[in-house]
Order: sequence, then structure tokens, then C-alpha cells
Amino acid sequence: MGDVLVFAEHQQGKFPKSSLTAILAGQELAQKRGGKAVAVVASDNPDSLASELAKYGCAKVVALAHPALKNYLADAHAQALAALVKSSGAEYVLATATAMGKDLMPRLAARLGAPMASEIVAINEDGTLIRPMYAGNALATIEMDGPVKVVTVRATAFDAAKPADSPAPVEKVNAEIDGASARMQFVAFNQTKSDRPQLIEARIVVSGGRGLKSGDNFKTVLEPLVDEMGAAMGASRAAVDAGFVPNDLQVGQTGKVVAPELYVAVGISGAIQHLAGMKDSKVIAAINKDEEAPIFSVADYGLVADLFKAVPEMVQEVKKLKQS
Amino acid sequence: MKILVPVKRVPDPATTIRVLPDGSGIATDNVKWVINPFDEIAIEEALRIKEKQGSGEVVLAAVGQQSWQEQLRTGLAMGADRALLVRTDAALDTLAIARLLAKLAEDQKPDIIILGKQAIDDDSNQVGQMLAEMLGWPQATFASKVEFQDRKCTVVREVDGGLETIGFDLPAIVTTDLRLNEPRYASLPGIMKARKKELKEIPAESLGVDLTPKLKIKKLDPPPKRQAGRKVASVEELVQVLHNEAKVI
Ligand SMILES: Cc1cc2nc3c(=O)[nH]c(=O)nc-3n(C[C@H](O)[C@H](O)[C@H](O)COP(=O)(O)OP(=O)(O)OC[C@H]3O[C@@H](n4cnc5c(N)ncnc54)[C@H](O)[C@@H]3O)c2cc1C
Ligand SMILES: Nc1ncnc2c1ncn2[C@@H]1O[C@H](COP(=O)(O)O)[C@@H](O)[C@H]1O
Repeated sequence: MGDVLVFAEHQQGKFPKSSLTAILAGQELAQKRGGKAVAVVASDNPDSLASELAKYGCAKVVALAHPALKNYLADAHAQALAALVKSSGAEYVLATATAMGKDLMPRLAARLGAPMASEIVAINEDGTLIRPMYAGNALATIEMDGPVKVVTVRATAFDAAKPADSPAPVEKVNAEIDGASARMQFVAFNQTKSDRPQLIEARIVVSGGRGLKSGDNFKTVLEPLVDEMGAAMGASRAAVDAGFVPNDLQVGQTGKVVAPELYVAVGISGAIQHLAGMKDSKVIAAINKDEEAPIFSVADYGLVADLFKAVPEMVQEVKKLKQS
Repeated sequence: MKILVPVKRVPDPATTIRVLPDGSGIATDNVKWVINPFDEIAIEEALRIKEKQGSGEVVLAAVGQQSWQEQLRTGLAMGADRALLVRTDAALDTLAIARLLAKLAEDQKPDIIILGKQAIDDDSNQVGQMLAEMLGWPQATFASKVEFQDRKCTVVREVDGGLETIGFDLPAIVTTDLRLNEPRYASLPGIMKARKKELKEIPAESLGVDLTPKLKIKKLDPPPKRQAGRKVASVEELVQVLHNEAKVI
């Protein structure tokens, strides 16, 4: 009892920081429940991924292998993981609440008949979990019953696991997948190309809203600031809906949750759904021409100004600072 | 095509939510109740599919209290054909809700079930995926485009780092993301017509599903309040304080 299986998502042959976050959260949960953390990687060819994963101090790494695990698809992955959970006797299955984690884990929970807590932000000593509800306006203390429980963690709420002194043993398992019942087909992935840091991992995030007025202005006005600051770029829903920027830049209750050291909101009013995705940032700065904008109620530093004047000036000021 | 759309009643996203002092729930005295915004998008998508194909039926389904009739009527006024209300006053978890919806699906035999990706009150993002597993159907969550060719469905999904396309045969589950469509408003004639449409109540206990919640909310707490900061006078000052005071650049 008390063992935690951590599903570690990989992207392009690597583990993003969000997966290392799941490992640390899984280790914390296992420790509080008197069990051990076991990391799981699933792929058609998991060997090198498994040896990478083994560096991060889990009791064991399980490499689930099957041709059907080549591209991520919910039905095949849920089948493979459910069989592993049953044979391992683990009490918890945990993953990060990424797009993949959100898609997969409820399906797995249903397969196991297990309850699921989404996007937890803390683990109490007694094993109860804390998760935000109502766009972060309430923090719920959650208790789950049953032999197996499913959990996703919010990436910004936990640190990333660090490499341990010695690698964990790797166990390769041929996944149990009934091909006939795996009925989804992967067609294509249209990747948003960007050389900038990933939104949820960046130390600085600069986000733009409807105030930018066009996709062109994102490029000519906001991007120079983003790049001068070495930041990741984010956006409000209004900017994404208007087609100024791609969907995966949306910060908020129903987009990505970020908590960088510095969040700069430009031309964003600060609707509750947006605040839900950034209010845990360490320092918040806001530029808005409306001094009554709600974003100023959470900003450590607010500048009431026209962004089309202020942002180019800021690019120059940051440049000066770097030169001095 | 027969389309089932599960609908949840939630506080209007524009309402400020406050936790009750005893932590037992949220204050509901000034709350306006609406259809979960993602479910409105689901209803809209179902109506468009029916309109495009020139035939079919859009059936709404909710698991909740008597008061939820209001939101089902709104959905009927948007253009849905009929509605089912699985009546219960119990606090259910997502597993029980998905099980009840699965029972309805076995009975109604829809070709596709379109749900919201998440309810904006509990923010769980679970029911659609659970339902897909219970029925053994394919799932396409976070859809921003849905297309059909006979019984084959192709969905573009909003995922980390871009857009993913997946394909599968019906029956299947789709959950909506914000960019899928812009929901219509109920028209006055729509509202008049909706009064006469069928809204059938089914007692939850009659469906033979174990409703005992495995997940319980022990209490709610308000989040820690963020101290409002101060205004700065110029861009120069902003960059200076971020460097010297906050030490983040
Ligand atoms: C179900 C649901 C889910 C949602 N999820 C999200 C979410 O995840 N993320 C999210 O962000 N939103 C979300 N929203 C939308 C949210 O409610 C707001 O509508 C949205 O955040 C507004 O975006 P905005 O601040 O860019 O636009 P606006 O509210 O229009 O604000 C634009 C701001 O720009 C300022 N401005 C304009 N011109 C200038 C200028 N020249 N210089 C300086 N300032 C200027 C204005 O003063 C204004 O404050 C959701 C809404 C719903 C209903
Ligand atoms: N009580 C309910 N009755 C009907 N549909 C529901 C109910 N709860 C959730 N749903 C559906 O499931 C979706 C996801 O909800 P959730 O998993 O709670 O975030 C919602 O957008 C609805 O379509």
C-alpha cells in the first residue's frame, strides 16, 4: 500500500520539466503514504527514455513497450497503464495536468473504477489533497476512497525532481493492449514552431491581450520585448480567439497555468479567468492604459500607459540595463 | 445523426465566487446560474451538425436538481430537440455522473456525445474521458474542429505545442474547446417553442448505478490574497524597480 505510479510524459524523445515535476510530487505523495514511487514511461521503443528516467531517484522505472504506444492515444495508453496498475498493486497513479495528462488520466480512472483529483497543488500530511476550484477562487481539501486513486498535479505547484546519486533499476514490460478495442488513429501533429522558452517552464513570461489589437502588433511590438527579456510569450483568451497568436499560448483557467519569477501583462484587463492562470507568479508587472483595470489589483508594479508607446521604450530600457 | 449533449448548471463566469465562512461551500445568494460555457459550445456544435446534415436529433442530458430544468429549457430554446434530466439532490462525484450518463447513452444510442472539456465550477475536466472509457468509445478532447465523412470523424485538438489531428469511427465522444464555435443566443420564437418540447425527468436511483461518492470535498478555503502593489510613473522606473527592488531582471 501507498505506492505511487508516476506516468512520465515524453515529447520528442525527452522528458519536459513538467514530467520531472510529476516525479517529485509522486515521491512526496509516496513518502506521506508510506510507499515508494515508481516511474513509468510508455513507448514503442522505451529503452533510452527509461534509462534517462532512471536518473531521477525513483525506486524503479517501468518501461511499457508496445507498437501501439508509438504515438500518444488515450485508449491504448489507458489500457496499458490500467493493466500495470493492477499488477503492481499501487495505491495511486499520478501525472502532470498537461494536455496529455488531462486527456489520459480520467479515462484511466474510469477503467480502474477509481476516483480522480485534477490539478492538485499540495499534499497534506494526512494524505488529503488540495486543488483549486471556481477559477482558483476556492481551494478544496479532497479525500478519496478505494484501493486505487488517480491524481494529476499542477506543474507550477511542485519543483522538478533532481538527478539522484545512483540510477533506479529498469524493468521492461510488454504492455497489454487489445488492438481490436484500440479504435483511435493518430493523423497529424501540427507543431507551433518557436525558439522561445516553453510557457510553463520560463523564468519570465510576457503576455499580450486584446489591447495589442492585431497579430502584426504581437510581432512588431510585443515580440521584441519578449526576446529582449529572454521570456516566453503568453496571451489572453481574447488575443487567441481573435487569431493574433496560436491557441497554446493562452494563459488562464481554461488555458495554461504559469507561475514564473516575473509575469508582464500587456494590454490585458485581468479577468478572473486570466488571473487564475498567472496570479501565483512571484512578481507581476502590468501595462494598461486604463488605471481601473483589474489586473492592477494583483500587479506588484503597474504602469498606466499606452502600450504602443511604453513597450518600445521598455525594449530600449532593458537593452540599456543589459549593457550597463 | 443522433447527438447527445450533457449539460451542467454552473455559476455565471462573470460572478465573483466567495467561499462561505464555515468552508462548506460557496455563497450562492447573488449567483446567476447559466449553462456551463463549454456546454453551450457543445450544443452549438450539435445544432450545426444537424443543420449541415439536414437531419438528426439533438438530445440534452443533465444530472442534477429540479432547478437545472432552467438550463435545459435554455438549451431547447437554442434549438435542441428534447431533454433528459436525471434527478438527484445528492453530491455526486465525476465517476457517478459519468456512470449515469453512460446508462443514458446505452438507452438512447447516440452516434456521438459532445460534452464540454471542463465544468467551470469544479474545473475537473474528467467526465467526457470517463464516459468514453465506460462506453468503450474513442475520445477526442479539446476539439477546435470536427468533421465527418459518413461514419468517420476527424477532430483537430488543442494540445500543448500545437494542434493534433485524430480520426476514428462513430460512435465517439468529443469534448469542446473554446475555439470550436461561437454559440448562438436563444431567439424569442426559440424560447416559445422550447416550452412545448419534451423535458423528461428520470430519478437517478432508477438507473441502478452506485452513486456513493469515492471523492469527497472536506472543505473549501479562500485562496491566499495577493497584496496589490503600487503604480510606477514611467517605463524607466518600471525597469529600475524590476531590476533593483524585485531583482527579477
Ligand atoms: C468559459 C470561459 C473561459 C475563459 N478562459 C480564459 C482563459 O483561460 N484565459 C483568459 O485570458 N481568458 C479567459 N476567458 C476570457 C476572460 O473572461 C476575458 O474575456 C479575457 O481574459 C479578456 O482578454 P483581454 O484582457 O485581452 O481583453 P479585454 O478584457 O478586452 O482587455 C483589453 C485591455 O487592454 C487595454 N488596452 C487597450 N488598448 C491599450 C493600449 N493601447 N495600451 C494599453 N492598454 C490597452 C484595455 O484597457 C483593456 O484593459 C474565459 C472566459 C470564459 C467565459
Ligand atoms: N452533472 C452533470 N450533468 C450533465 N453533464 C455534466 C455534469 N457534470 C459534468 N457534465 C459534463 O461533463 C463536462 C466536463 O465536466 P467536468 O469533468 O466536471 O469538468 C461538462 O462540460 C458537461 O458537459
